[in-house]
Amino acid sequence: MTTAVKANRVKQRMVVSRLLQALPILVLATFIVFSLMQLIPGDVAVTLAGENASAERIAQIREAYGLNQPFLAQYGDWLWRAAQGDLGASLLSGEPVAQTIARTFPNTLLIAFYAVLLSVLVGVPLGILAATRAGSPLDSGIMGAASLGVAVPNFWFGMILVLYLALTFKWFPATGFVSPREDFSAALWYATLPALALCTNGVAEIARQLRSSLVEIQSSQHVRTLHAKGLSPARILWKHGLKNVSVNLLTVVGLLFNKILAATVVVEAVFAIPGVGSSIVNAVLQGDFPVVQGAVLAMVVTVILVNLFTDLACTVLDPRISEA
Amino acid sequence: MNTSTLNDSTGAEVWDDPGLGRRTLTWLRGDPRAALSLVVLVVILGAALLAPWLAPHDPTAQNFDQMLNGPSAEHWLGTDDLGRDVFSRLMHGGANSLYAALLAVAVALVIGVPLGLIAGFAGGWTDTLISRVIDTFLSFPAIILAVAVTGAMGIGLTNAMFSVGLVFAPQIARLIRARTLVVRQELYVDAARCFGASPLRLLSRHVLPNAIQPVIVQSTLLLAVALLAEASLSFLGLGVQPPDVSWGAMIARGYMYMSIVPEQMYAPGLIIMITAVAFNALGESLRAALDPTIKGHS
Repeated sequence: MTTAVKANRVKQRMVVSRLLQALPILVLATFIVFSLMQLIPGDVAVTLAGENASAERIAQIREAYGLNQPFLAQYGDWLWRAAQGDLGASLLSGEPVAQTIARTFPNTLLIAFYAVLLSVLVGVPLGILAATRAGSPLDSGIMGAASLGVAVPNFWFGMILVLYLALTFKWFPATGFVSPREDFSAALWYATLPALALCTNGVAEIARQLRSSLVEIQSSQHVRTLHAKGLSPARILWKHGLKNVSVNLLTVVGLLFNKILAATVVVEAVFAIPGVGSSIVNAVLQGDFPVVQGAVLAMVVTVILVNLFTDLACTVLDPRISEA
Repeated sequence: MNTSTLNDSTGAEVWDDPGLGRRTLTWLRGDPRAALSLVVLVVILGAALLAPWLAPHDPTAQNFDQMLNGPSAEHWLGTDDLGRDVFSRLMHGGANSLYAALLAVAVALVIGVPLGLIAGFAGGWTDTLISRVIDTFLSFPAIILAVAVTGAMGIGLTNAMFSVGLVFAPQIARLIRARTLVVRQELYVDAARCFGASPLRLLSRHVLPNAIQPVIVQSTLLLAVALLAEASLSFLGLGVQPPDVSWGAMIARGYMYMSIVPEQMYAPGLIIMITAVAFNALGESLRAALDPTIKGHS
């Protein structure tokens, strides 16, 4: 009993220290997002005002963005307002950036989580299959497909999916989107092809990781002993293989979320999805900087929170920590 | 990198070194996958570099009598929406795509290597600060940060790939920091310090050569990622600008006419995939080939 209590204390301490670690990263991330504006060459106010802006407009912009203040004061001001949910407004449409994000983020999150789910659902069985038949043609086939899955440009794969599954066979809608808030099942329907396009990398990575960790465990001493004791291979795989690698897998899935979220920026363009990624691209092309900052901030905060969550889940789930 | 001169200069280890050329040959002979990847990459690079002389057509020559045609004897991969030869554009586009990938990785190395060395070697507050910054940058979804930085610096291939390099730099820095932490404990580094070597000399002559190997592997793998990033950014219209061409820009072009001539988008996508697979396979083989040496060193 005392060891269990001790283990719990260790875990609690680890959870608290991990939470504290996330804080400086969060603050630094906001600083980096804000500093992006410093990269704009020349007078930022002139750039933000757009082409053929009057001198008054430029002065107005300078005033509105506090560009005549020192950099750190500007940052503090921006951060203070961002913390209250005020991310400024689009230079073009005048829509508050927070509202743009609230409108587009559910779409992006839907395809991202859908793609992560598909990666796990397809990647895990493939990885197990390859590991249990390591060295067989099936194994080489799966691993060969995985090396293609890592190398395929996902937006290009999305185009091929549109070409065959939407335009030729008409199984799925080609482009466009339904907000998951309006009609969730229709949204899933529209999100299927984008999620398939996004998941190639994830499927490949999960299958590879799982295969290599399972193969390693299978050749370890304690599994060989279990084998000698007469346990069935399926039971060994389930009780001793998968249980050990599940924590590892969670870390992979956490990192994968970051990659998939990044890739939505291109895949949303292919499928004409009104998500955060396409807002960023449109804003960049039109020089709408407040939208770029707000949307990138929303993305990075999401990633930091997801990383934090997976790390905490690993700490809680990892059986080895209770031995500490 | 010539290992034999490195060892001569460190003077720390002397062993029978058959020379870099011979060792490379032995490695490639024992690893057909790496050899094949290298051949594929050399052919693609050669075709791209020699495009001005080898390409059958001018990549920008428009021909409005032959728009969006399928493959033919004259136009092996057909013609695009302006009647330009797709095969020639693929060769010329390769030069831009490969240049872009190399530029991004070079930028990542120039920024990442010194940062990682300083963090690992200095330790203390410097290390904590640099490590936190690295962690933060790694939290950003890579392409999205690159898109935003490109937007701020100005659209165009060089700026776009500079941004991608900037986004990759933390990965390199983290790797080299971890190796530096190990290498700086080595006896030969202590010995050199006792002989009065300056920190700069310690870093450049003793730490860096012994910490660089995982970076070589990672750089090869990053070339594949950078190639895909170029394709993404050019597809979005943030990278290469017309009349210049790259593989990503060709996919974007093919996308617009997808329902009329789907063949247009196959070639650039496939060549990106083949090149990326080759870079990845080479990187994996290099990792396997270099690993024993890394262990032997430390």
